[in-house]
Amino acid sequence: MSTFILLTITGLGLGAMYFLIASGLSLIYGLMGVLNFAHGTFLTVGAYASWWTSAHWFGGLGVLPRFLLGAVCGLVAGGLFAALVELVLIRPLYQRHIEQVLVTVGLSLAFVALVQGIWGPALRTYVVPGWLHRTTTVGGAHIPNDRWLEIATALAVLALLQLFLRRTRYGLIIRAGVENRAMVTALGIDVRRAFTLVFALGGVVAALAGVLGGVYFDTIDPNQGTSLLIFAFIVVVIGGLGSLTGSAVAAVVVGLLQQYVNYYASSGIGDMAVILLLGLVLLARPRGLAGTFAT
Amino acid sequence: MSLLSVRGLHVYLGQSHVLQGVEFDVPEGAVTALLGRNGVGKTTTLRSIVRLVSHHGDVQYAGASISSLPTHRIIQRGIAYVPEDREVFAGLTVAENLRLAVRNGDARYDLVHDLFPELRERAQQRAGTLSGGQQQMLTIGRALVNDNRLLLVDEPTKGLAPALVTEVAKALERIRDRTTVLLVEQNLGVVRKVAEHVVVLDQGRVAHAGPAGAFLEDRSLVHRLLGVA
Repeated sequence: MSTFILLTITGLGLGAMYFLIASGLSLIYGLMGVLNFAHGTFLTVGAYASWWTSAHWFGGLGVLPRFLLGAVCGLVAGGLFAALVELVLIRPLYQRHIEQVLVTVGLSLAFVALVQGIWGPALRTYVVPGWLHRTTTVGGAHIPNDRWLEIATALAVLALLQLFLRRTRYGLIIRAGVENRAMVTALGIDVRRAFTLVFALGGVVAALAGVLGGVYFDTIDPNQGTSLLIFAFIVVVIGGLGSLTGSAVAAVVVGLLQQYVNYYASSGIGDMAVILLLGLVLLARPRGLAGTFAT
Repeated sequence: MSLLSVRGLHVYLGQSHVLQGVEFDVPEGAVTALLGRNGVGKTTTLRSIVRLVSHHGDVQYAGASISSLPTHRIIQRGIAYVPEDREVFAGLTVAENLRLAVRNGDARYDLVHDLFPELRERAQQRAGTLSGGQQQMLTIGRALVNDNRLLLVDEPTKGLAPALVTEVAKALERIRDRTTVLLVEQNLGVVRKVAEHVVVLDQGRVAHAGPAGAFLEDRSLVHRLLGVA
């Protein structure tokens, strides 16, 4: 029983990170029709900016303030970088989807090379407060405390994004734009501002996943964004493009499935099970669990 | 005095030359009906005025060219577009659909609810669950919630039950007292009731323009240009 609890909480922690990456991807695709293969770079920017600033800017502080201030810097860097990508690379290619794919794939590859060139390909140790390395016993299972942080953060992000989408004018524009972008423009709304905002939001949340990835794995590396992005794409497709709630549900399912199958079947089979699930969902519900609406 | 002036409007959709030099004026303070058989380019004309499709030619609104402006800037100048297929935001509530359309603080909710009381009653209902007629009311309401000078209305009675056609026609009659309207409409009964002027398209060009009454009286002309008796 304790093993099952540990697998479940670990799966939920992994699902939380998938959701953080997938939520931005899903909104960006839903609103703009952009398959953003560079989304993993936002995660990498967040991870490396938080790691670098906590070491160089806040090195004299205690571990907790270092971690928190570094995380804030990571989120800001992720948001700014994402907004810049939209303004400089995506906007000139508006409605040219093939070129957008080429540019985002190119940026993704170039950025990994750039990070490797500056900091090398080796894993970097990510310093986190000691409490996160300790465990809490639940039902006989010793759960690493960082899992709670990941799950709580994802839940908070889901709630905040829902509040943003439902209670703000830009949220309304994004929800409408996911359904019918041309009609939003025909109401006199400059939808390009919403594009930049969604990219920046996606960048901040992906950067948060980068910080939590550092906490989860204890290390960061230049390829972390790319490898997590693959599963985030699967989550987005299963959840339904443009649907936050769909992404949240799919992220939990994918995270749990990977953990259970890896343990109860055979290590490494979990990834195959996720691909199989993707195929089954596409056969049964081609538009994913939700889709069409930004809910 | 024309509020809208269209000159030499050409539109290509793929290989098809849909509009071939369309020219007409829309006088201020009146309803002008844009008529023609199916596929002559009526909807394309409206969509090209607000640049939802790209075009060649000149469109003057209130004395200034709007041909090179992006869609949202054209709309912000006081033009509302009511699309043919309603295009409500299905996942948003009725109230949210209206709120989205509001461009400044002076939303005319009273006018909209006065014309279409059902929209007040169904404010919290998802627009996707409304009937076709209710969706049409919402689309027109969305255009009226701002104080626009020109309304481009595309087939507002299409697919509606006769009772709803009457209701929409009444709403159009009330709208024309406040706003200039360019109306695409197949129902000649509605045209007879609300329109002062007609512009008839045929094969991508203007085949006739003039007072609505005189055109509708000329049965042979109506038959020749619209194919109806």
